[in-house]
Amino acid sequence: MIRYAYIIPFLPLLSFFVNIAVGKRLPRKGDWVSLATIGAGLVMSIVIFFEVFRIYDPNFKYHVVVPWLSLGDRFVINAGILIDNLTAVMLVIVTLVSFLVHLFSVGYMHGDPKYSRFFAYLSIFSFSMLGLVLAESFFFIYIFWELVGFSSYALIGFWFEKKSAADAGKKAFIVNRVGDFGFLIGFLILFAATGVLGFDEVFLGISEGKIGGTLLTLAGIGIFCGAIGKSAQFPLHVWLPDAMEGPTPVSALIHAATMVAAGVYLVGRVYPIFTPDAFLFIAYTGLITLFITATIALVATDIKKVLAYSTCSQLGYMIMGLGVGGFTAGLAHLTTHAAFKACLFLGSGSVIHAVHSQEITEMGGLRKKMPITFLTFLIATLAISGVPLFSGFYSKDMILKAALLFGMKNPHHMILFAGALLTAGMTAFYMFRLVIRTFLGEPKDHHKFDHAHESPPSMWVPLVVLAGLSFSFWYSGWFGDLIKKPAPIIPVVASVSAPTPAGHPGEAAAMLHAGAGEATHASAVPTAHAEGGHGKAEHAAPASQGEAHGPAVPAGHGAGSAGLSAVALAEAEGHEDSHEAHLDHVAHIWSMVLSVFFGTFGIALAFVVYRFGWINPEKVASAFRPVHKFLLNKWYFDELYEATVINGMKAFSRALGWFDLHVVDGLVNLCAQVGVWISYLIGKFDDAVVDGAVNGVADVTIGSGSIFRRVQTGKLYHYVFVLAGGALIIFLIKAF
Amino acid sequence: MDFINSHILSLMTFLPLAGAAVILTVPGGRDNLVKTIAAVAAFLPIPLAVQLWFTYDRTVAGVNVASQFQFVEHYSWIPSINVEYFLGADGISMPMIMLTTIISFLAVIGSWNIDKQIKGYMALLLLLETGMMGVFCALDFFLFYVFWEVMLLPMYFLIGIWGGPRREYAAIKFFLYTLLGSILMLIVMLALYFNTTDPETGGHTFNMLHYMQQSTHNGWLQGFDVRILLFLGLFIGFAIKVPLFPFHTWLPDAHVEAPTAISVILAGILLKMGTYGLMRISFPMFPDVTKWFVIPMAILGAINIVYGALCAMAQSDLKKMVAYSSVSHMGFCLLGMAALTPAGMVGAAFQMFSHGMITAMLFFLVGVVYDRAHHRDIDGFGGLAAVVPVYTFFITVAFFASLGLPGFSGFIAEAMIFIGSFGVFRTIVMISASGIIIVAAFHLWALQRVFLGPLNPKYAQLEEINAREIFCLAPLAVMTLILGVYPMPVLNLMNASLIRLVDVVKMVI
Repeated sequence: MIRYAYIIPFLPLLSFFVNIAVGKRLPRKGDWVSLATIGAGLVMSIVIFFEVFRIYDPNFKYHVVVPWLSLGDRFVINAGILIDNLTAVMLVIVTLVSFLVHLFSVGYMHGDPKYSRFFAYLSIFSFSMLGLVLAESFFFIYIFWELVGFSSYALIGFWFEKKSAADAGKKAFIVNRVGDFGFLIGFLILFAATGVLGFDEVFLGISEGKIGGTLLTLAGIGIFCGAIGKSAQFPLHVWLPDAMEGPTPVSALIHAATMVAAGVYLVGRVYPIFTPDAFLFIAYTGLITLFITATIALVATDIKKVLAYSTCSQLGYMIMGLGVGGFTAGLAHLTTHAAFKACLFLGSGSVIHAVHSQEITEMGGLRKKMPITFLTFLIATLAISGVPLFSGFYSKDMILKAALLFGMKNPHHMILFAGALLTAGMTAFYMFRLVIRTFLGEPKDHHKFDHAHESPPSMWVPLVVLAGLSFSFWYSGWFGDLIKKPAPIIPVVASVSAPTPAGHPGEAAAMLHAGAGEATHASAVPTAHAEGGHGKAEHAAPASQGEAHGPAVPAGHGAGSAGLSAVALAEAEGHEDSHEAHLDHVAHIWSMVLSVFFGTFGIALAFVVYRFGWINPEKVASAFRPVHKFLLNKWYFDELYEATVINGMKAFSRALGWFDLHVVDGLVNLCAQVGVWISYLIGKFDDAVVDGAVNGVADVTIGSGSIFRRVQTGKLYHYVFVLAGGALIIFLIKAF
Repeated sequence: MDFINSHILSLMTFLPLAGAAVILTVPGGRDNLVKTIAAVAAFLPIPLAVQLWFTYDRTVAGVNVASQFQFVEHYSWIPSINVEYFLGADGISMPMIMLTTIISFLAVIGSWNIDKQIKGYMALLLLLETGMMGVFCALDFFLFYVFWEVMLLPMYFLIGIWGGPRREYAAIKFFLYTLLGSILMLIVMLALYFNTTDPETGGHTFNMLHYMQQSTHNGWLQGFDVRILLFLGLFIGFAIKVPLFPFHTWLPDAHVEAPTAISVILAGILLKMGTYGLMRISFPMFPDVTKWFVIPMAILGAINIVYGALCAMAQSDLKKMVAYSSVSHMGFCLLGMAALTPAGMVGAAFQMFSHGMITAMLFFLVGVVYDRAHHRDIDGFGGLAAVVPVYTFFITVAFFASLGLPGFSGFIAEAMIFIGSFGVFRTIVMISASGIIIVAAFHLWALQRVFLGPLNPKYAQLEEINAREIFCLAPLAVMTLILGVYPMPVLNLMNASLIRLVDVVKMVI
């Protein structure tokens, strides 16, 4: 089946064209076309997943290309697909969530005048996302990346008659384009250096040292900018909450499992290109995002907005996890989050469908009316809050562990762990606040409550499936075995000034033995490639091409330091190996204990405040009014951007428009005007001087004629007199 | 049949002129007959273009090798000064010839609703097509110049008589501006003529391909200073046509005032003559100066991209916005050409082709709404998507094609230009690439203000796009899409020639 994987994206593309063209005229307005194609894609994806799973090889890879664009033999761009374990998992996630969202939409969008159009958009979105997942080169991932942006524009702005929806779609696309700009520059840098576009080829080029240092860091950050846009990271997170203007199934599709996951997936896909500096940038971007957006979620009262901010926050976790070296952790969270967040969004859709409101201040007590929705929502909430046995615990704990390990090795980056831990508590708090205010307690609005009802099966079946996937046993074990961090490929340049760490005599030999053969910058910003650290370290064999794991070196005398991490080097001791294992173990225990503690505290606090009423939230809010207001206004990011970037751009463009009209074109018109003046002057000159001269000659002739005419008197004595006078004058002249 | 095959370029060039002549003999008042004749005359080159498409040998390059040109017609025209009637096609001109036949025909169909002096209008339009086709086929500089001037006159009248309220200003501006370029070109042409010798006859020559052989140049022409001057003379002439900043201000006026179909031709084909001239004449004749001038060209390209996009954002007139977006998009051509890499050069040529289709769509679409609402003020509409969904569909396609969405040909062109030029001018390309944000912003902003949001009740009865208009748009939309998914058909057409061009300029061969 895997050799037919390229068909998967084309299935929804087909249904897109069918639904756009004739959807309205088909029975059931064509929803079954979309549903069938994505369902077929789901089946194929599952089959492929099990094929890959049966092989159970972390280095599994299926990679085919065909030439797509060529300029003679000078330049070729290939089209192709790449399936490794990560791709196989992503295929299932995307098709599964997409299929369930399709199914949910059958009920949710029922009766909408643009029903078939909606399914067309869902299909094109699925196409773009599947293409993105299967892409094997920077060029093609960029293509599908843009297409995802386009389809999200169409879906978010689906109800375009609403100005807010149209605005949100536009905002999403433009903000994403800002990120894409960085992505473009990033891959152009890589292409300029390596001359190739395929992932593997670029990795090979990097391992051959064609690019490195600051330029590679910049390229990595550039590409990560794409992820900042799509995965709604600070400072480009502003589009995601607005995007809730789209129909709720769209929110579930875009903001839970697919589009926002694309950024995380991208970082995972190109993981080997990031330098330690780039990783640090990634980690802190994640930290800032997860914290800021969680604080906003604390006070939001729109059920979808809370979920939106929690999505941003969870994406921050994934990004941070990847940044601190937790490759498996970040992608595991991506996987688990896809299921429970889709469940939460669809659950909120079910609630909104029932009460026709999104404000949690108008809900309450819905547990009795909508038991299935409540139960599934609760399970997903437990998952996101990181309660043991649920999937979120499994993945979030891995991230926290990675962050803690990173912090233990680099104490001045401990804030990454601290921030993430604190936010884990906040997450539990705001999610339970949501559950309590929506489903428990007394109904706030009896009119709405009375009309509420459980949703039809097409809507609750997806909820049940997704809630079922929110338990951790689905993921533990195999995920960590199969989704393994790729071996580092960036060759480490020997630094002259690198102080020999620890001065251990076995050090240099160990490193040479490990095949790295180069010394590390001891001063470089450290990255702990934490996961590989179970007493074994991967080393950078430059020829390993980033495809296969570098051969793991058995922990020998100091060999564990070959993990290329400066910190590992700095800490290189004779008992490095056991030390590493020890650190790992400690980090694991502490992160688990602390995260459970903080999670429990958050949940408890939510009950204390919102269920038992021991603390009055209004009083707290008024006590911290400025903070509350600050959070309610989402840290004023929108206002800030409006005031600076947006208005700045508008003003700048207006100024240029003015400049163009009045200065550039003004000059042109001035030239024309000057031409007219000059011609006027020349005309005058011609009239007065040239023609004047001509006329003057004539005038003089006529004038002199009339004067001299008088001389011709015809009287003889006049002539004789003149003659005599003339003779006299000549005589006088001669005489003197 | 033999005659057709051996004179195919002449036929494509002069069939429209013949149509124009026939139209002039039609008695007044028979408007439909005039339109039909015009449509037939504009359509006839299309089957010939198909013939070209299937018989063109894609493996030979042309550019500076006379023997590699195809469909050549070579006769003496004015023997006393060695002017030749010399037509031929290679990979630089082939896509442009294809584009010209398609756009001209669609422009005739798009002019169906003109009711003012249709006879004169159609005759001039066909004359214009002859001029354009001639420019793309001519290989003799004198002939090239004649066709170049032939284009100018009908354009002047088409804008000046059938244009909008400020048509006279716009027409005169267009005419004078272009004439300035022509004069510079004329001077360069004469300088070249008097300083080259035909290796066969020993006399002076207008043959472009001879100009490209340095051996024909006499001592004066070998001086670098002289060559710079001549290059700049040509460059300004072509830059006006592209149009490059700061010579671009004739374009918004001409576009805004011109009738729809004329804007389509203007943006779809005429602008490409500037870049075509650079590729056909300036680059291969002055490869040394070209290399010396690449950075300024790239900078001008970048300015066009960013400045054009920002100006477009500032416009409140939809047509003017589209006009400025052309300024922006043509900047990509210059950037790609200046890089002197295969990807950049082919990207630039592909951008010429692709922009020809996309901008033609855009101007048609603006014309459609103008015909109905009688204004083009972006803020004067609102929510039109609810009343005219089909029209909205087409304009969405055109806008996204224009803003470089993958899947449309514009993306391929821009991506190739970026890929081809980034290694050469890093900073300039980074600045240019920021254009993708601005371009997205103004397109979506306009789309939203005109089509989305609550419906402006004034336009609740707006008439949907009709079949004739769809007929003009659909082929372009489909071609843009097909070439966006698989650009090789057109790329194959031009690859060999453009790679040769790069090598010629770099003096590899």
